[in-house]
Amino acid sequence: MTDPAATKHGPGRILIAVYGVFALAATARAGVQIATKFGDAPIAYLLSAVAAVIYCAATFALAKATVVSRKVATAAIAIELAGVIAIGAFSYAVPDDFPDATVWSHFGQGYGFVPLVLPVLGLLWLRRTR
Amino acid sequence: MFAPLTWFLVALALLAMVYAVVLAARDKRIDWTVLGAVGVVEVGLIAQLVIGIVQYAGTDRDVSGPFFIGYLIGSLIILPIGAFWALAESSRWGAGALAIACLVIPILELRLHDLWAV
Repeated sequence: MTDPAATKHGPGRILIAVYGVFALAATARAGVQIATKFGDAPIAYLLSAVAAVIYCAATFALAKATVVSRKVATAAIAIELAGVIAIGAFSYAVPDDFPDATVWSHFGQGYGFVPLVLPVLGLLWLRRTR
Repeated sequence: MFAPLTWFLVALALLAMVYAVVLAARDKRIDWTVLGAVGVVEVGLIAQLVIGIVQYAGTDRDVSGPFFIGYLIGSLIILPIGAFWALAESSRWGAGALAIACLVIPILELRLHDLWAV
């Protein structure tokens, strides 16, 4: 068993920095969307809020880097990966339900597809530091 | 928006990012040069917030207030957190993390520019 703190050092530093940016961006975006125009696209905005919570959980869990927080991070990032794939697929299949973009619509196209790559890197990093 | 300040911040943040990447590539920790550049950008962002609020209050453009002000305020917290996160790491990867924070600033400034231009 290696030191769980390894998660937040080395390349993990950059991974957590990117997660932090997305946590902040998703939280701010969901907050503004829900506060100002929730009625326009409630499903999309609620999903934005869910994404924000998951990004925040992943960021803090990765940064805390304890045995328990690594499990939280793994769960959060697994949900994140499932979310970006599911929402990405749904946003192409039923675009009418997504009149305004969420972080995960079209597999994160609006964010340079980083939302699609990030959970894969996150899971690989957790595996590498196990 | 005061365009010269926006472009100055974009350019300086990108320079700081490139410098941080060079530090990381040369296996160095962040130094006072990059922290100084980041500090100047931060002061510029505070000025941008003040200018932005004053101009928003006096404009009849159809600018999305919550997003515009949100970007202005949000941009202020990126670099301090990034610098703290980088300083707490005693390896090259700290410089890499600061490079990420620096990269966010041009993105936010360009979004602000677009929001104001509509």
